[in-house]
Amino acid sequence: MEMKPLTRVLLGLVCLLVAIWLVAPTLVVVPMSFNENKSLAFPPQGFSWQWYENFATNPDWSNSFLNSLKVASIVAVLATVLGTLAAFGLDRMKARPANLLRMLMLTPMVVPGVVLAIGIYAVYLDTQLVGTLLGFVLAHTILALPFVLIAVSASLEVFDRRLETAAASLGAGALTTFRTVTLPLIAPGVASGMLFAFATSFDEIVVSLFITNPYLKTLPVQIFASITRDADPTVAAVGTILLFATTILIGGGMLLLGRERKGRQ
Amino acid sequence: MSASDPIAQPAADARPGRAWRPFALTAPAIILLIAVIGYPLLTIVLRSLSEPEWGLQNYAWFFGAPVNLTVLQRTFTISAWVTLVCVIAAYPYAYLMTAVGPRVRLVLVLCVLIPFWVSGVVRTLSWVILLQDSGVINSLLRSAGFSGVKLIRTQTGVVIGMAQVLLPFMILPLYSVMQGIDLRLMRAAQSLGARPSRAFFTVYLPLSLPGVYAGAIIVFILSLGFYITPALLGGPRSTMLSTLVQTQVLSLLQWGRGGAMGVVLLVTTFVLLALAAPVMRSRHREAGRR
Repeated sequence: MEMKPLTRVLLGLVCLLVAIWLVAPTLVVVPMSFNENKSLAFPPQGFSWQWYENFATNPDWSNSFLNSLKVASIVAVLATVLGTLAAFGLDRMKARPANLLRMLMLTPMVVPGVVLAIGIYAVYLDTQLVGTLLGFVLAHTILALPFVLIAVSASLEVFDRRLETAAASLGAGALTTFRTVTLPLIAPGVASGMLFAFATSFDEIVVSLFITNPYLKTLPVQIFASITRDADPTVAAVGTILLFATTILIGGGMLLLGRERKGRQ
Repeated sequence: MSASDPIAQPAADARPGRAWRPFALTAPAIILLIAVIGYPLLTIVLRSLSEPEWGLQNYAWFFGAPVNLTVLQRTFTISAWVTLVCVIAAYPYAYLMTAVGPRVRLVLVLCVLIPFWVSGVVRTLSWVILLQDSGVINSLLRSAGFSGVKLIRTQTGVVIGMAQVLLPFMILPLYSVMQGIDLRLMRAAQSLGARPSRAFFTVYLPLSLPGVYAGAIIVFILSLGFYITPALLGGPRSTMLSTLVQTQVLSLLQWGRGGAMGVVLLVTTFVLLALAAPVMRSRHREAGRR
């Protein structure tokens, strides 16, 4: 649409400010992580790697990191299997029950975190699941499920089901058809669902804060405890590592996707 | 897929007697859902009605104490501010995303997605570092000769931090709606003599409203239940409902009272969703028809 030059400059300026507001605050953890003093006060003093060293060697930090990796990996697999099965079921149902069940399965996204957390905590106290791997996996899986469902459903919507009929008419059984025709075609949806599930679990904090105990802590719980307890720059070092890992994953993924698309054209 | 397609897609459960199959596929997810969400929520509702004894006394307590009502009102006020800030910041940004070339768009999308994917706790930590009394903003102010301002443990600080965390939830639906708006409509309006500002307000803005509604509802609902950001950035005078629930349950072991508060929060969320659903659907239809 036609814009006056002044409007265009103003729009650009406002968007630049919004972009800075989105990105810059998170970057502040980078200089803080090299602080020589045990403080989160600005500006940081000197330069040292000690907080990265602490992250790697202090069992509080390294164990919580390994726990998070373990929980998130199991959740990614479990949520992807359950979510993909459910997405298939909904895709092959009549519209009315499908819509009802879909709404039901998306509820974990809208239930306020704390309400869910006290509910799960109450049940876990009765069933001795507080601070257990199983407890974390179950809670995180249910929170990750909607993301898998949405991603796989989106892939199924554009999937041409006549291909399955074609495979079946050529003599393939239901499982062979699924493995050789359907799954490869919806693989991008399944993969992005799995990635979302991993990220959801790795990042989950509210429910985790309630169902944790000193024997099993995940990384976000450890970060939260550290922020509230003392000004330990190790949190800044962890933040920096997570920031770079995310940037490489997302940025790299998007660049690859863009190149692939260009290549196809 | 058109109706005149020569080879129709097979209908859902074409073969009778196999209609149960899709339900069997969803069963594992549904069972887990009932066990890990349904049963816990039911437990909370029951406890709010039964502890320490059966009755509505926990709800009477909640709505009878001025302190609770203040927090309830504050939760709504903070959520409204966060939503407003998000709409104002996201609208021009989402518009620019539709108006630029693919290269700049990629940068703009990355600016939204990268913070979106960085752990929420880490982002809140960044805000603590920025806003605290010895933080970035205050030390910059002081070195420029100004006196410092109180940002952490204030409502302003909470709103700034929450809005930044929630901004992607506003930008993404807005962008997806704006992408579908036919810009030739604007050109048509201008060729008929409308000034750009008038063309914007009478044509573009109404067409983009479904995106604003969708984003605003998501942001408002998520704000209502926010826990981490207010807990770390807020103080006693910016406590939100979630923190109160946590205090009742973990510190005071008042499961009944905490449960009642949780139920109030839950019911509010679902009522808002139910109110919003028809509005959003009809707006979508309208936008499609035009």
